[in-house]
Amino acid sequence: MGVVGVHKNIKGEFSGMSGLFAAIYSGLAWVVSIIDPLCGPAGVFRLLGPDTLLACGDTGWGDEIAYGFLVTASLAIATLPVGLVAGFFVAVAKQSEERSLRLAADIYTTIFRGLPELLTLFIVYYGLQILVQQFLATIGYEGPVEINAFVAGMIALGVVFSAYCSEVLLSAFKAIPRGQYEAGDALGFHRGTTMRLIILPQLIRIALPGLGNLWMALLKDTALVSVVGLPDILRQTGIAARVTKQAFEFFGLACILFLILAMISSVVFSAIERRTKRAETGR
Amino acid sequence: MSIAETMISPQAPPPAPPKPYTLARFLGSVALGVWLALAVGIFFTVVGGWDPEKFSRYGPNFLSGLGVTLALVSSSILLGAVLSLPIALGRMSKHKLWSWLAYAYVYFFRGTPLITQLFLVYYGLGSFRPQLEAVGLWWFFRDAWNCALFTFTLNTAAYQAEILRGAIESVPRGQHEGAAALGLPERVAFFKVILPQAMIVALRPYGNEIVLMIKGSAIVAIVTVFDLMGETRRAFSRTFDYQMYVWAAALYLLMVELLRNIWGWLEARLTRHLKR
Repeated sequence: MGVVGVHKNIKGEFSGMSGLFAAIYSGLAWVVSIIDPLCGPAGVFRLLGPDTLLACGDTGWGDEIAYGFLVTASLAIATLPVGLVAGFFVAVAKQSEERSLRLAADIYTTIFRGLPELLTLFIVYYGLQILVQQFLATIGYEGPVEINAFVAGMIALGVVFSAYCSEVLLSAFKAIPRGQYEAGDALGFHRGTTMRLIILPQLIRIALPGLGNLWMALLKDTALVSVVGLPDILRQTGIAARVTKQAFEFFGLACILFLILAMISSVVFSAIERRTKRAETGR
Repeated sequence: MSIAETMISPQAPPPAPPKPYTLARFLGSVALGVWLALAVGIFFTVVGGWDPEKFSRYGPNFLSGLGVTLALVSSSILLGAVLSLPIALGRMSKHKLWSWLAYAYVYFFRGTPLITQLFLVYYGLGSFRPQLEAVGLWWFFRDAWNCALFTFTLNTAAYQAEILRGAIESVPRGQHEGAAALGLPERVAFFKVILPQAMIVALRPYGNEIVLMIKGSAIVAIVTVFDLMGETRRAFSRTFDYQMYVWAAALYLLMVELLRNIWGWLEARLTRHLKR
């Protein structure tokens, strides 16, 4: 049966994830298999029964799509800290007194906010490939080089996220009065300590709504990485759609899965927002 | 008691203290250096790999791709603007059903990736070919460009409806009351009093939305529409020349920066009566 044949191919692709990611993956696989909301012991797709298209196992597409769901979520979660840290430093650079540093940071945001995410992804993906190939050629290795789509996606999305993030953080920085820095000085704090103890807690509170929007955009941008071969929600449902010829159902399912991710995020974000605002509620 | 006989003649200011070489300055120089090296590197690869034959073959393709991108974005923005008005009104409606429907629409289109929506329309509607043929709409959905236009219009309508709603709700209540006190009919009050003030608030988000659409439109290349990104991909797959992506990046940056500057000028001009 055609379905089974393609299914085997995809499995081969999965085990092809190399190096560090394979180690992390196998470590997490056990934990994930227990709490998997789609194909776990109490998963949604399990309830549908073994004869449906979405069954978990060799007869259906449930486990492939559940894997794609995990890949999408983990790509977004892995990109977030990279983008946040880079964005923070770019925002600090943007309000530096040094002209050259401000200019360099402005060039960064202008470029990466102006380029389409898809183009950034291609530039990173093929550019990395060429760079690595040239580097290996100088060492003396000639052969095909394949860049991990997850890493390329993480870099490209992280760069875009950090460019937007720096703008959000910059406007949050501007909302913090000078007196806060002066208070830090008056207490004899070092600059880093002032930042950590006084500025950052307020900064997070101010920037949180903006960062929430950026997170939603990041979540949606992960779908683009399927174009360079990452087995995420869109790619897995796309394969299923092509094989079963039921495109509307499977792409509709992809939309629903993205909606579920968005709903989970908005619940988490409102919880964090409540938590950061708990100091203000007494007033 | 002595008094000063002569005034002290004007003195030159003391020399400025030497600027300390701080860490920030060092980092700034390094970062600028990296950008400069990158720019020079790109310049030399472009000059070194310059091929007049390639330019004459793919240059016109790039221009036609640019035209397709601009046509797609401008028509979907305009159609979306028309569609967004009823959605925004539905969103603000007191009627439960309308507001719920509009909310669901907006939530769906803002909560899922544009590329998934495009696939849903382009590949998904193919499953309904008999039904679409029966209604006589199949010719429309058979073409990838039409599917892209349809999807983008629906998508941007959702975003624009939210912009519009936010802007309309930002107009103070007193403006409604003032219009009512003047005895203006509701329709006139909306179009002549509320909407003009709302549009000024909405101007900047609209600009951002157009930029987002220009950037988002790159994904139509995946469903075989030859826009700027599609032409770039085609040229790259034939030549394996990395320069193609550099050209595309330059064109996209040019579009976005031009739009941003025009929009900035427009905003300054339209809000000049609000300047203090």
